[in-house]
Amino acid sequence: MKRFAAVLFGTLGLAAFFVARAALSITGAGATFPYPMYSKWFDEYHKKDSNIEINYQSIGSGGGIKQVTEGTVDFGASDGPMNDDQLKAYQDKHGFPILHFPTVLGADVPTYNIPGVTQELNFTQDALAGIFLGKITKWNDPAITSSNKGVNLPANDILVVHRAEGSGTTYIWTDYLSKISEEWKTKVGKATAVKWPVGLGGQGNEGVSGLIKQTPNSFGYVELIYAIQNKMPYGRVRNSSGEFIKADLASVTAAAAGAAKNMPDDFRVSITDAPGKAAYPISSFTWLLIPSKIPDAGKRDAIKGFVKWALADGQNLVESLSYAKLPKEVVAKETKALDMIQ
Amino acid sequence: MAATSTIVPSAGPTVSSRSFLSRLRDGDEIARLVTFLFAASVVLVTLLIVYELWLGSVLPRHKFGFAFFRTSVWDPVFEEFGALPFIYGTLVTSAVALLIAVPLGIGAAIFLAELAPARVSDTLEFFIDLLAAVPSVIYGVLGIFIIVPLMREHIQPALKDTLGFLPIFKGPGYGIGLLTAGIVLAIMVIPYIISVSREVLLSVPRDQREAALALGSTRWESTWKVVVPFARTGIMGSIFLALARALGETMAVTMVIGNTPLISASLFSPGDSIASVIASQFKEATGDLYTQSLIELGLVLFLLTFILNGLARLLIVVTSQRGSGTRNA
Repeated sequence: MKRFAAVLFGTLGLAAFFVARAALSITGAGATFPYPMYSKWFDEYHKKDSNIEINYQSIGSGGGIKQVTEGTVDFGASDGPMNDDQLKAYQDKHGFPILHFPTVLGADVPTYNIPGVTQELNFTQDALAGIFLGKITKWNDPAITSSNKGVNLPANDILVVHRAEGSGTTYIWTDYLSKISEEWKTKVGKATAVKWPVGLGGQGNEGVSGLIKQTPNSFGYVELIYAIQNKMPYGRVRNSSGEFIKADLASVTAAAAGAAKNMPDDFRVSITDAPGKAAYPISSFTWLLIPSKIPDAGKRDAIKGFVKWALADGQNLVESLSYAKLPKEVVAKETKALDMIQ
Repeated sequence: MAATSTIVPSAGPTVSSRSFLSRLRDGDEIARLVTFLFAASVVLVTLLIVYELWLGSVLPRHKFGFAFFRTSVWDPVFEEFGALPFIYGTLVTSAVALLIAVPLGIGAAIFLAELAPARVSDTLEFFIDLLAAVPSVIYGVLGIFIIVPLMREHIQPALKDTLGFLPIFKGPGYGIGLLTAGIVLAIMVIPYIISVSREVLLSVPRDQREAALALGSTRWESTWKVVVPFARTGIMGSIFLALARALGETMAVTMVIGNTPLISASLFSPGDSIASVIASQFKEATGDLYTQSLIELGLVLFLLTFILNGLARLLIVVTSQRGSGTRNA
């Protein structure tokens, strides 16, 4: 009993010691997609400044927006920018606006399983939209074969696989389809979950890739990082300059650079179908959502300090986790925007 | 040291109240009150859930009204929501699960309780309890990696070749879908049916069996015509426990059902269930109407469970009034 008590007190004491040392605890919640990157960043930043401890709950983008609007967390994070209604709701509740800060980049890639086909396929905008609208139903449809000369595509039905649950990945995919297809935009639209015209839903990146690996003649989309880490084959996509681009970290950063010229001051910008010869068209930022007024000076300085660090030194850690870096233009613009937090 | 000091104050009131208790009929009154509070808390929690679900679904209830039950569109972008395909998927997968699990489960329970040697029965029971404790996501993973390929490559083609003329076995078989979800659910609920039914069968008084045997019936006759009808209410209880579990299952279903709000006569078709769509979409749902529609789905599931439970009670009352044994007369 005595020993147990001693151990208990020891542990409590140790815990108290650490709590006391981390003088400042900051909480955030939101997107799951950048979670591995964020947790690495928070960890590194804590090593740099042991006074600051940042706790992040990866509850999903929707949850992140909700929590930061409720004021239960110090900052939120989302894979899709907040829409005008959400911004207004925030402004109405708090009396000051919330700011978006892009942190890293992600991308979606088309992946497939066609028996006998080992080549990387090229997908035009029409092919992608047609397949997901259910208008292109066979692999040997001219819309697919015309950009894949020399590949023997079978006359089999295409089985479309999409994400079942709401996700940032789906947001990027549907945002892209909405840009390249008027019909998709009016019929289906963009969101973290939509009413799919065709196909099956898989749970998570694992569910989608599992279904595709198992099912012959299937076609779907997964996150670039997931595809890279699991060595999945994926196709090239034709961008707005007419080039077929394979997604990799460089081509995703190129998409952001292409969009940087027209970057709005609030950073709420979709970079799908971005201009630029080397730009991969199904790319997206992921954002931190930070209140423009933080009354607690300690917290304010800590958050600003962290974002500043993440935009500078933090970017060097990005590629080791297979995320694409922010282009310099965006970093410069964001560093300036940090002054808006007061 | 810390441990002893915490025990002393908590022991204090018990000692002092013991004399108080003895005045109250040796504590019967207190026990009654305390256990009543425990029982009442169950009702309270249930009512609170309904209240919260009702409160949380104001927008869709006003916007869609009863149309929510008959609309089969689920469109988060244009904010049109209907529960019908999810109700359908929930009922169909649960029905498939019970169709498979009930005969298997009761058969196994009869073997374990009546026919197997005690040692075999106890050993098997240990494994069955183990199965009941496996988290549902594990069943989902087993479903994706073992049952789905099995369905696509063997079971669905075989069903199509033999029973393909039936509308429930028509259409392309992708491996995932309503039938697969039902089978995974069946595997999940069988342990409940076996475990509870076995206990119920074991608790049938010995003289019931002896009387049947004394009248010259065989072992099987005494089991099937006397013991099982005697335990019928309890066995049904096990089935309804299994049904409740099947209706509310989230992860295992969402991983194999295909997550498509469709109403199709074919069991090969992908579908979606209420619990599954809530689990997969609530987290990233944005916009009040969308979130609240998911909450209203929760209310619908509650209602569905309530109705099915009510029917179950009714069934038990009706069958037990007929008296045991008459079914086979």
